[in-house]
Amino acid sequence: MTAIAETPAETPVANLGRVRGRVVRKLLHNPMGLVGGALLLIVILAGVLAPWLAPYSPTEVHFSTPFQQPGTVGFALGTDDLGRDVLSRVLYGARASFEVGVLSVLLAVVVGVPLGLLSGYWHWLDTLVSRLADLMLAFPFLILAVGLAAINGGGLGNAAIALGIANIPTMIRVVRAETLRLKDTDFVLAAHTMDAGAWRILGQHILPNALSAIIVQATVIMPAAVLGEAVLSFLGLGIQPPKPSLGIMLSDAQQYLFRTPWPAVFPGIVIALICLGFNLFGDALRDALDPKTGK
Amino acid sequence: MTRSDAEPLLEVSDLEVSFAAGAVPAVQGAGFRLMPGQRVAVVGESGSGKSTTAHAVMGLLPGSGRVTGGRIRLRGEDITYADEKRLRRLRGREIGLVPQDPMSNLNPVARVGRQVAETLVVHGMASRREAPARAVEILGEAGLPEPARRARQYPHELSGGMRQRVLIAIGLACRPDLLIADEPTSALDVTVQRQILDHLENLTKELGTALLLVTHDLGLAVDRADQVVVMSKGKVVEAGPARQILTDPEHEYTRRLVTAAPSLATPRRRAVVPGEHSQHSEEPVLEVDRVSKEYRIPGRGGVLRAVDEVSFTVGRGRTTAIVGESGSGKTTTARMVLGLVPATTGAIRLDGSEMVGLRGARLRAARRAMQPVFQDPYASLDPTFTVERLITEPLRIFGVGDRAERRVRVLELLEQVALPAAVTQRYPNELSGGQRQRVAIARALALGPRLVVCDEAVSALDVLVQDQILKLLDTLQHELGLSYLFISHDLSVVRSIAHDVVVMRGGRVVEQGPVDQVLNSPADPYTQQLLEAIPGAGTFN
Repeated sequence: MTAIAETPAETPVANLGRVRGRVVRKLLHNPMGLVGGALLLIVILAGVLAPWLAPYSPTEVHFSTPFQQPGTVGFALGTDDLGRDVLSRVLYGARASFEVGVLSVLLAVVVGVPLGLLSGYWHWLDTLVSRLADLMLAFPFLILAVGLAAINGGGLGNAAIALGIANIPTMIRVVRAETLRLKDTDFVLAAHTMDAGAWRILGQHILPNALSAIIVQATVIMPAAVLGEAVLSFLGLGIQPPKPSLGIMLSDAQQYLFRTPWPAVFPGIVIALICLGFNLFGDALRDALDPKTGK
Repeated sequence: MTRSDAEPLLEVSDLEVSFAAGAVPAVQGAGFRLMPGQRVAVVGESGSGKSTTAHAVMGLLPGSGRVTGGRIRLRGEDITYADEKRLRRLRGREIGLVPQDPMSNLNPVARVGRQVAETLVVHGMASRREAPARAVEILGEAGLPEPARRARQYPHELSGGMRQRVLIAIGLACRPDLLIADEPTSALDVTVQRQILDHLENLTKELGTALLLVTHDLGLAVDRADQVVVMSKGKVVEAGPARQILTDPEHEYTRRLVTAAPSLATPRRRAVVPGEHSQHSEEPVLEVDRVSKEYRIPGRGGVLRAVDEVSFTVGRGRTTAIVGESGSGKTTTARMVLGLVPATTGAIRLDGSEMVGLRGARLRAARRAMQPVFQDPYASLDPTFTVERLITEPLRIFGVGDRAERRVRVLELLEQVALPAAVTQRYPNELSGGQRQRVAIARALALGPRLVVCDEAVSALDVLVQDQILKLLDTLQHELGLSYLFISHDLSVVRSIAHDVVVMRGGRVVEQGPVDQVLNSPADPYTQQLLEAIPGAGTFN
């Protein structure tokens, strides 16, 4: 009796194995996700391996050869107004941008996720935390960055902090919404009847189920932070020259844009690729983590 | 009826529908005919392809679904691969649809009158000027009380039954020759369901509309259709006159469906555990004594009594069922028993000790003695946990045994609920609905409770699986001497599992007593109404 309705048709093949395996497989079957992932991998590798890949130091000045065209012998992507090698600077710049991106995502996750969980779970905390988040949202991050720069001076760390703080409120909201949804599910109710405490429910049931939303939000914050770093550096509030960053390169190249656009084009392309990569990869990740989409 | 007509209204032959290329077709070789004015029901479990077949007829296959073979003919015209233009004219005008979920199928920001009027205008059945008045007429026909006032209301202002009537009005607005009703009442309470189906029946008869009824409920199908088509796994396994399907099913699958249909089921499961007879007369496991739950209505300062002075007991090794429709307070009562919702007044005693207001260690002990099984096994199991982790969670919380002992206990529990040991490392979404509910039951049993609270524990399951789970619950009651508090809206399920029954309505108990007494000679008119509303009740008895 038992065997009939509950065997083959409904039961997925036994060796389908674990959920994580399925997520990876779904990612691998999504061509756009693969393109995004490949883009990110290339940029990350370029940044990490910059000291070995770069032909020159990013700050090395060649006064005799400014404004070289891309393809010039010795300077594959040309040189800027001070004769610095654009390829070397793009490699190191991507590295700096990524560092800022990763640090600000970490900050947003470390602060935003616990606050989101708590405010979603305890109603009395919600009023406090949500108003705080609204306040942070209402505060322009550029002014925050100016303030931080005024206190500590510019730099990679300050850019990361300013961008991280700017992204905390959205992270709080995403996690809070997930928590509100999850705390009314039957499996959380079932945990209550097993006398599970609030911390166990938050840590073992709600957080793991909210993880996909958190990861996806992180992939949204990351390119925003990379762009934000470019903005801050462009305005002189982020990484300080002569250190390279994609934003500084844009800022430097701006004055000579009509004479030689190349020193601006390459960092611009890399910024676009990073953002595109994260968007594609983030979409694919969201689909892969959603148990409702196909196997 | 018009069975002598030479030409069928709708003829589906050898229909094959596939979603992704290369995948097993969702519908394979399905075929049936529908004469003008005839009523045909397509019956099957979830995944049987019954809805897909209906959608294919309307050219409304979702996502990547495509007809990959066979023919669909409407009055002799081949509409299998009709273009969008032809389909648009066909839908609504020649074939009307009453969908399943009234909430998601009505536009929440448009008044219902306008939604009906729009259908009329789009299909050229009325001019912009006369459409609103005509819409009110049609709503009235569909049995909506005070149609002129209702037409100006929004969907959220109407009850579920009223919304379904609006959908029927839209489906019939253009006087189609064929009405497809896809589970038209499965979201409604039984008494409302009955009214709606009665009305639909009269209306289609009056207008001479043919009806294609898609349902999972064999009782309902036999009740409401002339011909029944039984589908399973994408294939038509049997088709014939409704009576014949019921009394003389030919196919093995149909036979099992008929046996499993709870409305037919004889109260076979209620044998009392031998030797328990003397015990349950002594002291009940659970005693609920004049319990009430009040909610403050925000703003007005008023009070809503969701549960009003409800009293009942659950005897040792016995099953007490609470029956009621939505809003009856049955689920709130169950949640109060489980201690998830505090009771406003009254006493709940588990094994003689008071539960209301318990805290700390005593509450822990009480929770251990009482575990729930929820309605939807898709929702009640954390999707990120493996089966083993799910079942051991209560053991870990209560610090029962060490790792190895817990592992042994899991295997023991899996055996009790008839699941293979191989599922321990699987995740819930790798299991079928019935398997998941078995895992939920195993988890509920892990701590060795005396009372299991089943909140609509079989309502989300297909008939055959439902039957298996009910059998399992019965076996476990015998083996472990468990007591059940069984919450259900389905009197036929209650009849087959409960010893005692409590009928609730609007927060109050309207009738209670031994199941035979209440269901065979109901004293309260509401209970009678509930009993009569069971689909197939008349046919089966």
